[in-house]
Amino acid sequence: MTRDIAEDVPNLAESKLTALVVDDNFVNQSIHHKLLDRLGIQNDVVCNGKEAVDVHCSGRNYDFILMDMDMPVMNGIQATKTLREMGIECKIAGVTTRADEGEKKEFMEAGLNDFQEKPLTISKLLSILHKLNFYVQT
Amino acid sequence: MDALVAQLQMQFRDYTISLYQQGFLDDQFTELKKLQDEGSPDFVAEVLSLFFEDCVKLIGNMARALDQTGTVDYSQVGASVHQLKGSSSSVGAKRVKGLCVTFKEYCEAKNYEGCVRCLQQVDIEYKTLKTKLQDMFNLEKQIIQAGGIVPQVDIN
Repeated sequence: MTRDIAEDVPNLAESKLTALVVDDNFVNQSIHHKLLDRLGIQNDVVCNGKEAVDVHCSGRNYDFILMDMDMPVMNGIQATKTLREMGIECKIAGVTTRADEGEKKEFMEAGLNDFQEKPLTISKLLSILHKLNFYVQT
Repeated sequence: MDALVAQLQMQFRDYTISLYQQGFLDDQFTELKKLQDEGSPDFVAEVLSLFFEDCVKLIGNMARALDQTGTVDYSQVGASVHQLKGSSSSVGAKRVKGLCVTFKEYCEAKNYEGCVRCLQQVDIEYKTLKTKLQDMFNLEKQIIQAGGIVPQVDIN
């Protein structure tokens, strides 16, 4: 009943991974930022696809990006395509509530390395990291 | 003092379990609690506060979009409903999320009465959840003030 959940969460701080959270919703920004923090992953947060592109234009780079699909100004599909066209090769994981196969395919084809349905949890994030070869699940 | 702490802890456990059993909260809320630690002891309350601010903003948008004399832009209403569905799903607000699913269907069907009904229900539902969670957070505070530790509640 009082199992210490903290013991089950791996700390990846030694890997010195960095991530960019791209989401227009403040609730999701807060949760995704905290999820990454909890795993020891340094991360920045931006509000839409254009800001994600701009931050890369300014010279910042990340090991991976958590990209929401539906965002104003520039959505996740367009942002992913633009980043790939710019030559940004880091891993990008799409995260969205949309489960429609057609939309998922369109998002993947824009240049994603992985896709997860929201809401994100610790185990879903670990699954993403495993798929992107940043973490070996035991 | 120990008897008081034990009593408050039991009240907190029972109240928390009832919120899940009555469908106010789901597993995603449990996931949020996992993220709370000594470094961010108020994380859950902070995220829920952001969620309730989102509710006010989005419900306001929906009300304005439905209040248009002439043709209602259902895609505009639907866009706000989609946002609220996302937020509510992220915090484990099960009933609010469920209402958003129904609301979205009415938007797609351009059913005005259905949309207005859902708007009223979602407004009541988020306010009810807010009150319930405030009561839960107050119980947590009382436990801590009485010198106790807030127990982790196993829902399953």
